Amino acid sequence: MQVYLDNNATTMCDPLVVEAMLPFFSELYGNPNSLHKFGTATHPAIKKAIDQVYTALNAGDNDDIIFTSCATESNNWVLKSIYHDLIQHGEKNHIITTEVEHPSVLATCRALEDDGVKVTYLPVNEDGIVEAHTVKSFITERTALVSIMWASNETGSIFPIKEISEVCQEKGVLFHSDAVQAIGKIPVDLTDVKVDFVSMSAHKFHGPKGVGALYIRNSRKLSPLLNGGEHMGGRRSGTLNVPYIVGMGKAIELATTNIEEKMASISAKRDRLEDAILELDDTFVVGKRENRTPNTILISIRGVEGEGMLWDLNNGQIGASTGSACASEDLEANTVMLAIGADNELAHTGIRLSLSRFTTDEEVDYTINHFKNAVARLRAISSSFAKQQPTEGGEVKECELHHH
Amino acid sequence: MAKADLFGESLWDAYSNKVTTLMNNPQHQGEIFQEDVDKRGNKLIVADFGAESCGDAVRLYWEVDPKTDMIIDSKFKSFGCGTAIASSDVMTELCIGKTVQEAVKITNIDVEMALRDDPDTPAVPPQKMHCSVMAYDVIKKAAGMYLGVDSESFEEEIIVCECARVSLQTVQEVIRLNDLTTVEQITDYTKAGGFCKSCIKPGGHEAREYYLVDILADVRREMDEEKMKAAADAGAEGDFETMTLVQQIKAIDAVIDESVRQYLVMDGGNMEVIDIKTNDENIDVYIRYLGACNGCASSTTGTLYAIESTLKEKLSKKVRVLPI
Repeated sequence: MQVYLDNNATTMCDPLVVEAMLPFFSELYGNPNSLHKFGTATHPAIKKAIDQVYTALNAGDNDDIIFTSCATESNNWVLKSIYHDLIQHGEKNHIITTEVEHPSVLATCRALEDDGVKVTYLPVNEDGIVEAHTVKSFITERTALVSIMWASNETGSIFPIKEISEVCQEKGVLFHSDAVQAIGKIPVDLTDVKVDFVSMSAHKFHGPKGVGALYIRNSRKLSPLLNGGEHMGGRRSGTLNVPYIVGMGKAIELATTNIEEKMASISAKRDRLEDAILELDDTFVVGKRENRTPNTILISIRGVEGEGMLWDLNNGQIGASTGSACASEDLEANTVMLAIGADNELAHTGIRLSLSRFTTDEEVDYTINHFKNAVARLRAISSSFAKQQPTEGGEVKECELHHH
Repeated sequence: MAKADLFGESLWDAYSNKVTTLMNNPQHQGEIFQEDVDKRGNKLIVADFGAESCGDAVRLYWEVDPKTDMIIDSKFKSFGCGTAIASSDVMTELCIGKTVQEAVKITNIDVEMALRDDPDTPAVPPQKMHCSVMAYDVIKKAAGMYLGVDSESFEEEIIVCECARVSLQTVQEVIRLNDLTTVEQITDYTKAGGFCKSCIKPGGHEAREYYLVDILADVRREMDEEKMKAAADAGAEGDFETMTLVQQIKAIDAVIDESVRQYLVMDGGNMEVIDIKTNDENIDVYIRYLGACNGCASSTTGTLYAIESTLKEKLSKKVRVLPI
């Protein structure tokens, strides 16, 4: 058996989505901008995909949802164009975000700092979120944008986006949310929650890679990131990626139809897996279960280094993830775990398991068994669980090796 | 950046088969207990290096025969990734059967070489080289404990890059001999900085005493100063005229520092070079007097003549000095 538990990184493209996309490669391949019927033959499918996305997010007819290449593009677009429109060519000078955003937000903000923008990176609390009153206290008259993720990729923690949106409305500040980890996992209702810009990505909800979107409330003016043709009403140039747009429409429809049922089914499996792993001593899970996306577990296992754990899981055909030291190029501790206040020790022992609606009970059982075996093997090797203590002079002071 | 850098291979694919095998089945994982060692009349050494909070920790066990200083058994425990476990395993393997004095000569390079499948292919990708450094550090510590000396005393030179074991002296020499100007060049010549990158600049994986950026800056500064001094001493006429503006200003400053400034300062004054303008006949050096020199009668006569003739003698006959 092989078990894929890295669905916060990417998901399997639903076979029904692939089926919906296939005609648009070699049969209906016209450019939608062409006047001839090869081009216009694609129009019904594109309109349907647009409807599917609007319906899934309960977006209004006055709102724009612009297809992009990915959420990284959507995030770059919002931040760079807000800089261009309101800071470079306006009176504002400040952006508020969090320490735990996706690199496409954090790296863009750092690049904007080089251009003189003041950026506030809010830390998260022990539940892995930022509260609305905290955001409020940092808004100034010159704040151009608040950019806060809807849910965390690492912990699954769901941010109080409705409350933050109300704070931003009250203060008259634009609000962007990277909802990549929320859409398709939990209800996202953009009529109920008034966010100005929302980024999303199809491959996180069983759609294809290479397509995403940016929601823009009330069709607000925002300089384009890509100049060129008049595609998407002139907002985003580039020939429409018809099969992928069709796939995204189908995928979001499948993910959000009866979403409560799907959530209940996924969280039942997630909770069973989580409870079973928590039976092990010296383990803990980050974030309250009721305030997490229903598919995500970030668990710390004392004495077991993250990459070693991934290695053993991989040997058992289980794909999981870690942000811990040895697995990442830069060798540093998991920044999200540090941000939630976990000490360094725990920051090197985090394992993220993220399920999907395709995860089965058999896969959960298999994972529980293999996970416990891997912990037992690695703890048997671990110096943290050794019995014979160092002889005289052999002790170490806490973390003499690294300095974070 | 080039084609090969566009899409890197997986970290794990770069591990040697030995690393993979030992990670899955370490041969010397385990403990040696005090009571067992006491029964055999031997000495137990147990040394920790690193800590779980660092992301890397190893505990090394040696059972040493006190009559011969021979390490007759060795085990390890490791909180660490696959390469840390594999490195620790090979480290204990290399220790067994050696005397403590011999074991302390085992370096992280030996450990990494022992993990290779073939002698020319690294056992681990560059960013994982650092895992084997801990093996070296913990051996030094254990040997220090056994011999009752400071573990630093085993190190004969200052090591700047632990992963590649490159000394401060080597880095300084290679910069000088090859006139290196970038850290990338240092890495190309010595491999220093090519692995965990901690030694390149502050803020990396671990704090270091010396960083390549600082060593490079220091050596370059020394080289520049020497060059200027040499130019000034030699009076190198032709050279001065072909120098860049910045070099000319530095050369003039060097001559002033050496032969003029102390006399000005003695009288409560000073001077600075403002600009240099070169035409076919003259090199006009514009200076500004500071302090007591400013307005001093001699500043436009005797002092000025002294400055100009010194620069003419040391640098170029074309020099004219013009106070502003």
